[in-house]
Amino acid sequence: MGAFRALLALLRGDTQADRVVPPTGVSASLTVLTAGAMAFLCVFALALSLATSRLAERWDSELARSSTVRISAPAAELDTQTRAAQEVLRLTPGIARSRILGEEEQRLLLEPWFGPDLPVEALPIPRLIEVIETAEGYDTEGLRLRLAAEAPGAVLDDHTRWRRPLVHAAQRLRLLGWVAIALIAGSTAAMITLAARAALSANAQVIAVTRLVGARDSYIARAFVRRFTLRTALGAAVGTILGVAAIALLPSAAEEGAFLTGLGFEGISWAAPALIPLLGAIVAFIATRFAAMSVLKGVT
Amino acid sequence: MIEFDKVAYSYSGADLLSDISLRLQPGSFHFLTGPSGAGKSTFLKLCYMELIASTGLVQIFGQDARGMGRDQIAAARRRIGVVHQDCKFLDHLSLRENVALPLTVAGRDVADSEADIKSLMDWVGLRDQQQQRPPELSGGERQRAALARAIIMDPDIILADEPTGNVDWEMSQRLLSLLIELNKLGKSVIVATHDMNLIRAAKAQVSARVLRIANHSLQLAGADL
Repeated sequence: MGAFRALLALLRGDTQADRVVPPTGVSASLTVLTAGAMAFLCVFALALSLATSRLAERWDSELARSSTVRISAPAAELDTQTRAAQEVLRLTPGIARSRILGEEEQRLLLEPWFGPDLPVEALPIPRLIEVIETAEGYDTEGLRLRLAAEAPGAVLDDHTRWRRPLVHAAQRLRLLGWVAIALIAGSTAAMITLAARAALSANAQVIAVTRLVGARDSYIARAFVRRFTLRTALGAAVGTILGVAAIALLPSAAEEGAFLTGLGFEGISWAAPALIPLLGAIVAFIATRFAAMSVLKGVT
Repeated sequence: MIEFDKVAYSYSGADLLSDISLRLQPGSFHFLTGPSGAGKSTFLKLCYMELIASTGLVQIFGQDARGMGRDQIAAARRRIGVVHQDCKFLDHLSLRENVALPLTVAGRDVADSEADIKSLMDWVGLRDQQQQRPPELSGGERQRAALARAIIMDPDIILADEPTGNVDWEMSQRLLSLLIELNKLGKSVIVATHDMNLIRAAKAQVSARVLRIANHSLQLAGADL
C-alpha cells in the first residue's frame, strides 16, 4: 500500500518541488535517448528468447515423438525386409503409426544437398519408414533387437543423437537472450546512475541551499528520481514501440527460413514488450535513488 | 535552546575552535565578534549543524547534535533561520520563490501562505522585486531577501553571518533594525560581525551581549554592551 502511494505520488508529481531543481537539458535528452536505444535492443533480446524458447519446445516435443527406420538391403530383398519391418512396427506397443516415405518426400529431403532434379529412383538410396510413437513411447532397445532379427537391413534412428544438441542449442540461445536482457538492464542502470550523478553534481548549489533551509534527503532525492524515472519510461516506451514495429515488419515465417523469420512474438507474447518501459522505469527509479542518496550523504 | 559544553572543532589537525562553553537563552540577542578567521562562521555552522563538534557537547533544542539523524537535522533547521554573507539563492527561481523555499521543501502549499509571503516581502521592502531573479538584485536587496527567507518558517533562532558585509552603512542600519524587530518578537538572534560600529549602533535599541572569539576560543562572554 505504501509502495502504491509512493508510486502515485511519483506519477502525480509536485509542481512546487519540481521547480526547485532546474531542468538539465543535455542529461535529459541523453537519458531519453539511452533508454530508447536500450529498450529497442531489449525488444530484440526478448523476441530472441521467446522464439528460441518456442523452437526448443517444438523440437523437443515434435522430434521426440518421431523416429525413422532406414532399410538398406539389396534390391531383391528390399520389399521383403520393408514388409517385415512394417510388421514389427505394427506389433510394437507404443507406436501409433508408421509409413513409408514416398520418392517425392525423399527427393525433398535430399534437395538441399543435390538440387531439385535429383533422380531418386536411379540412386541406391535406403528406404525410409517414418515412425510416430504414442505418448507412452516404445522400448527402443527391444525394437532394435526385433528389427535386427526380422529385417537385418533395418536400422532404427530415434533422432536422439542430433535432437539433443539442437534442443540444447536452442535452450542456450534462450538463456543468452535473457542474459542479454539482464545486461541491457544493468547497462541502463549504470548509464542512468552516471547521468543522475552528473545532474546531482551540476545541482550541488541547489542541494546545498535546500538542505540549508530544511529539506530532507528524501525530498531532494525525489525531485531527481521522478525526473529520471519519467524520462526513462518515456524513452523506453518510444524504443519499445519502434522495436516492436521492426519485429512486426520482419518477413513472415516460411518453411525455408523458419528459424530466422520465426524471430518475433506469437499470440499473447506480443504483450510482453509492454513490460519493457515498466522495467526501465523501475531500473531508473532504483538507480537514481541509490545515486541520489549516496551523493546526499556527503552533503551536510 | 542552543548549548555548548567544552566544544572543540578541528579540521585536518588544526584547531578552529576550542573549549567553547555557553548557553543561548530564548529571546536573547548576541553579537559574535572577532577577527577574520577567528572561527565565527565555524561557531555558527556548529549551531545549524553544518559542522559537528570534534569534542564536547552541542545541544540544539535539547538534542545532542552528534546523535541527530539527517532528517532530525533537517527538522531542526526549519526552526533556525540562517542569513549568509554571500546569500545562497537558487538563481533559476524568482525572489518570491526563493523566499518561499523553506515552505516548499517542508511540503507546505505555498498558495496557503500567500498573505504571509506578501507581508514579509513588504516588511523587508522587496514588494516590487518579487518576480526578479536573485542575480538581478543589489547586495542590500539580496541580504533582505535572505532575511525574509530565514524567517518565513517563523523560526526560533536567527543566525546571521556577516549580514552587513556587502552593504553600505544605511543598509546595515536597516538590516540591523529588522533583526532587532525580530528579537523583540521573541526570536533569538546571533549576528556574527567584525563591524564594531554596527554593534555600537545596536546599543541604543536592544539589550545585546557580545561574544568575542579570538585564538579559537571564547574570550569574552556575557558582557552587556
